This record gives sequence, structure tokens and C-alpha cells, in this order.
Amino acid sequence: MKIYADNAATTKLGRAALEAMLPVMEEEYGNPSSLYELGQRAKEILEKARAEIAAVINADPREIIITSGGSEADNQALLSAADRGRKTGRMHIVSTAFEHHAVLHTLAKLEREGFEVTLLPVHEDGLVRPAELSAAIRDDTCLVSVMYANNEIGTIQPIAEIGDICAARGVTFHTDAVQAVGHLPIDVRAQNICMLSASAHKFHGPKGVGFLYVKKGTPLINLIEGGAQESGRRAGTENVAAAVGMAASLKDSAAHMAENAERMRCIRDRLIKGLAAIPHSALNGDAEKRLPGNVNFCFEGIEGESLLLLLDDRGICASSGSACTSGSLDPSHVLLAIGRVHDVAHGSLRLTIGEDATEAEADYIVKNVTEVVEYLRSFSPIWRDLEAGKKPYIL
Amino acid sequence: MALYSEKVMDHFRNPRNVGVIEDADGVGEVGNAKCGDIMKMYLKIKDGVVTDAKFETFGCGSAIASSSMATELIIGKPLSEVRELTNKAVAEALDGLPAYKMHCSVLAEEAIKNALDDYYSKHPEAKA
Repeated sequence: MKIYADNAATTKLGRAALEAMLPVMEEEYGNPSSLYELGQRAKEILEKARAEIAAVINADPREIIITSGGSEADNQALLSAADRGRKTGRMHIVSTAFEHHAVLHTLAKLEREGFEVTLLPVHEDGLVRPAELSAAIRDDTCLVSVMYANNEIGTIQPIAEIGDICAARGVTFHTDAVQAVGHLPIDVRAQNICMLSASAHKFHGPKGVGFLYVKKGTPLINLIEGGAQESGRRAGTENVAAAVGMAASLKDSAAHMAENAERMRCIRDRLIKGLAAIPHSALNGDAEKRLPGNVNFCFEGIEGESLLLLLDDRGICASSGSACTSGSLDPSHVLLAIGRVHDVAHGSLRLTIGEDATEAEADYIVKNVTEVVEYLRSFSPIWRDLEAGKKPYIL
Repeated sequence: MALYSEKVMDHFRNPRNVGVIEDADGVGEVGNAKCGDIMKMYLKIKDGVVTDAKFETFGCGSAIASSSMATELIIGKPLSEVRELTNKAVAEALDGLPAYKMHCSVLAEEAIKNALDDYYSKHPEAKA
């Protein structure tokens, strides 16, 4: 059996996207900035895609900037708010400890430039507390950035509440919604979101394209200077086919969102129930307020990379927050942020299922993870010490 | 291009000499759980020769493969040779490790040295 259970890393290009893109790539090769018909047709196609994207999140098409992906959108959002803050003497930013590195590393850069950053705790359940967020906002806060749903543990943040707080306090609110767009219903107006980042390949669109929603009137700076594309907010000839693929896959995801989510939740909960039966294991993040496709566990006494390699041998693609998979000595900052100690954070497994996941696949995963964990524990010196009572179990 | 060489994957998938020697003459343990690697090496030594070696490892694929290869390299070898085993020799025997995984081979070298120290501390006469 071959099971792709790493949909938070990337997704397979969907039929909807592929079919929408092919004719654009084959025939509509014009430059949208050209004045002859071929170019103007490309512009029309691009603007239609923009309008379709905007409609899904209840935005105006002029509020959508097409970018190279989520990281660029995060960078532009944060650096724009910071630029505004610098000019108005507001040099404080509120965010969370478990943001994606596209946000955290940009915040670190801003800190080096003199900004003060408050990273809110996300507690054991992986959820931001609106009251703590409210208390962290100061008169000199220029930006609040809280991810919509976490990429590792899938926990969904109280975005509407945070949006209300920021609106009431007059603070720009950005959300990195890379894991949420196409999977959860989003309404930027109702949720008082000022800026939102998204990436197409997380919802069966092509790689290398994403978008930034920017509420009308929110000042922006350019990361890429040049021509007047994207209303002068991002230079460079537009990748029309990619934008069309993104729009098509987003529209398709939105059309089937509720039914897909319901089915995925069933499979997700079957996986959670099955994996929870492994002794000394624990689910990471809240069990309810999580993405329909996300399962994340820690298993005591084993290390994540060896688990992944053996699962790969059995046809299962998954990921881990262990240090060995991150290329550093520290395990995932997300697992550390929810209070997992290093020893168990190294033994984490993330499974992110797709819309087409089946119960049989879930059972196959549970069976194989159970066997591999047991095998790795059979020659783990840590496990031996735990079993011998030399050290107390953490999980 | 795979992450690891065929040799690494072979020793990872089918690790040699896994387990415990209950009446080991020398035991060495290195690494720590915080960093995600612990290696425990058990040696059986007779007449200045390593007659058996077993290991237990908590760690990534290359840590498990390095332990496995290290035991193969020292079984049947005189202590004078075992003492000289380097992490480079372990990595080379595995047809190389990615640069950021070289510390796994270092752990294997250290685990063996540690086990030898344990043996010598119990048998000071053997050091001569």
C-alpha cells in the first residue's frame, strides 16, 4: 500500500488546477502588460483568477496580491506593517511562539532592527488565549500576527475573536493562513482580518504561487521593485497559468469543503484513536480545534527520523519534528512551545491526510506505526531504562 | 538521490548485533536524549580480543547504522586495533554519511572508547 500522509508539506496537483492551467500554458502565453489582444486576454484571465480567489475569502479582487507563495506573503505583510510602525513610532509586534519560520525569522530580523516582539504562549493545547493577546497589545503595537492553523499540530486559533480585539484597538492583524485556506471557511470581513497569507500547493494548486490579502487602506511596501504589476505592489511578469491553477483549485476546494472536512475528520479521529492505544504516546494539540486532516503524536523512547524511514519502507509518507529531520540539534519549536520536553519531542510523528483518505488506509497506518514504534523501542536504551523503572515515564 | 547510501540503509533496516550482553566486560553509553541520540555499547573481551559486541541505540537512521557498523568493525579485533577505531572509519565503511550526520559516527567511536574505558577500569592489568 502507498499512502501519502504529508499533505501539510505539499499536496498533489488537483485535476481542477491542471485542466485550468494547460490551455493557459499552451495558448495564452501573452504578457498581461502587453496592449495587443493576446496580452489583454492574458490580463483578463489573470483578473478572473484574482476575482475567484477573492470571492472564496469574501475579499475584493483589488485586495489580492499574487505572490510566489506563503513565505513571500508573510514577509511582505510583516515588513509592511513594520515599515508603517517605524514611521509612526510604533515599534512593538505581538505574535506567537509557534508561528512558521517565515514569520518567526522575519520577526527576528525586525528585532535586530530595533523592534520589540512579544511572542504569546500557546499552552499545552496549542491555542492562543484571546485575553492574553489583548493584554499584550500596547499603545505602540503596530502589528498582531497569529497563524490561522498551525502547520505541525493543526490547532485552529480563535481568529474572529483576535480580529475583533485588534479592530477595537486599532492594530493591524495579519494571519498566516497557509494551512487553513482551502480547508476551513474564511471570511476576512467577518473575521476582521487585515492581511492574510496563503499558498496554492497546500490546497492542490501548483507550487511557487500564493497570495496576500491586504484590506483596502492597509499600507504596503514592495519586496520586489520593478514594473507596475499587481497594482504596483509586486513587480515581475505575472505567472498567469499558476494564478489560474491556484484559483481553480481554491474554487474546487471551497465547493467541497464541508463534505471533505467531515469525511477527513472521521479518518483523522480513527487514526487518533488507533495511535492513542500505543502505550506512552500522546496526541499533540487540542483534539477538537484542529485541522480535519492533522494528526500529530509523540511516542516516548524513540526518535522520529528512524520512524519515518521505516514507515517509508512500508509505503507511508509522513513527517516528524525530530531534530534529525530539521537539520539542527533542537526538535520542533512548535512541540517545545506546547511544553513537550526535548526527550519526547524527538519522537514525534505528523500525519496529514488528504481528501481521498480511506478507513482502510488509516488502519494500515495504525498497524504499521504500532509495529515500528514497538520495534524501535526494542533496542532503545531510553525505553529499556523506562521499562526497568530507572526513569519515570513522561507520557 | 536518497538521503543515505545503500550501505547505511542496509545497516539501518537490518542492524547487526542488536541487543544486550548481560555479562559484558565493558559497557559504554554516550549521547543524551535532549539531543536525540543515545548509544549504548556492550563488549565481551577475552585474551585481549573483542569476542562479541552488541548495541542499543535511540536515534536516527544514521545513528542506528553507525552503531551496527561499528560492532561489525570491532568483533574479532584485538584491543590495540579497537582503540584506534575512528569515526571516519565507521563513516567510510558505510560508504559515507551526510555532513550533518557525521556526529552519529562520532557517537559510535565514543561509545566504543567508553566501553573500553569501562573494561580497563575493571581490568587495569589489561592496559599494559
